Amino acid sequence: MTINPYLCDVCGTCVSVCPVDAIVVEENRVVLDNEKCIRCRKCVIVCPVKAISEKN
Amino acid sequence: MSIIKDYYDVIVIGAGPAGSVSARFAAENGASTLLLERDQGPGNPVRCAEGVSHNGIVPFIEIDPKWISTKIEQARLYSPNGDYLDMFQNGTGYVLDRTLFDPALANLACQKGAQLLTKADAIGLIYDNDKISGVKFRYFDKIYDVKCKIVIGADGIESRVGRWAGIDTVLDLKDLDTCVQYTLTGLDISSLRVDFFFGREVAPGGYIWIFPKSKDTANVGIGIAGDLVTDKSPKEYLDEFIEKKFPNASVLRSVCGGVPTAKMLKNPITDNLILVGDAAHQVNPITGGGIVQVMIAGQFAGETAAEAIKANNYSEKFLRKYIKKWNNRLGANQSFMYSVKEKFMRMDNERFNNLVKICSAIPSEKLTLKEFFKTIVKGDPMMILQLAKAFVTSKLK
Repeated sequence: MTINPYLCDVCGTCVSVCPVDAIVVEENRVVLDNEKCIRCRKCVIVCPVKAISEKN
Repeated sequence: MSIIKDYYDVIVIGAGPAGSVSARFAAENGASTLLLERDQGPGNPVRCAEGVSHNGIVPFIEIDPKWISTKIEQARLYSPNGDYLDMFQNGTGYVLDRTLFDPALANLACQKGAQLLTKADAIGLIYDNDKISGVKFRYFDKIYDVKCKIVIGADGIESRVGRWAGIDTVLDLKDLDTCVQYTLTGLDISSLRVDFFFGREVAPGGYIWIFPKSKDTANVGIGIAGDLVTDKSPKEYLDEFIEKKFPNASVLRSVCGGVPTAKMLKNPITDNLILVGDAAHQVNPITGGGIVQVMIAGQFAGETAAEAIKANNYSEKFLRKYIKKWNNRLGANQSFMYSVKEKFMRMDNERFNNLVKICSAIPSEKLTLKEFFKTIVKGDPMMILQLAKAFVTSKLK
């Protein structure tokens, strides 16, 4: 999973749906842990600006 | 510079309306209270359409024109075919300026004795013998471990605090609205009216809103239900709407965000910890409005925390008082609104068109949002017709 920093507004919506706690907001950035990620795509779906994609 | 002590009775994480009101009531009732805000200050950035009712906020703060953008007297609901329904709500509403309202609420907490730190980012909980006993946070470039008896997590939809404490805060896609909002200027609108636009092509499972900040400026935003999102992003839906409706507008501000449209968390407490606000899913599931509800919850959280300190009892069992108070005050309303959401937000275009058409027969001064929602929950078109007839007949007499 990759987060496009130009689109991301650091709103935390993705964090609220992640079932495995793989996304955190740190120092005003959203950080996604690809080791923890189970590729459920919920964050991809709910991001208001589609900033998250499955590309690595 | 304020000195950070080693211990406070209560530490509140997040200085939005829920956190600031929690801190205020904890402090007012005698608990030493620390309020932590991650951002540069309360109300920054504002991820909100900023609408509230007069009756909802007066119990918490004296109305100050400084943080009121507009006074609202009317709501207009547009059906997918473009027909609309005017409603005069129960009492006056406001569109706030939360860049000033949130600091005013935080200031009230400080006046009651709470200590506020900004740029203070909670990064974890501290445990003593498996009991939550404090908060670890970064304040500018230093890390602090500060002890407390009770942590109040008011850290919004992300609610890291809830996760740290082992509370399941994960939202189902259907119980989350994904939102984008622009503050637009260069408009020519009524500053007395809020507008809502519905329809599968407009905002699947949600709506577009226009909340005026003045005659020429408004918060124009969209919320789409998480499970009805397509390849088209909420931003794309909103951009299309604005291109048609306000082709000459300029953007003063843009924000994204998520709104929980769920039932309240089953158990927003654990030993030594309370969740409040968006973190506890205390938002009105149909409108997505939360300011007033989370302030009420904040009061209950703050009061309960202070009582726990006095009683020297921080167990989950003791903290249930907070949930009891919430359930007595708003539990039924929250469940009702959730059941409305499940029906209302899933209506097809045709049904919505009909509903608006039928309700148009009701004099608008008698039609409140609550009546409208009740009609939907009953779900039976004949009931709607009867209701409309009843209003018309009463008017003729």
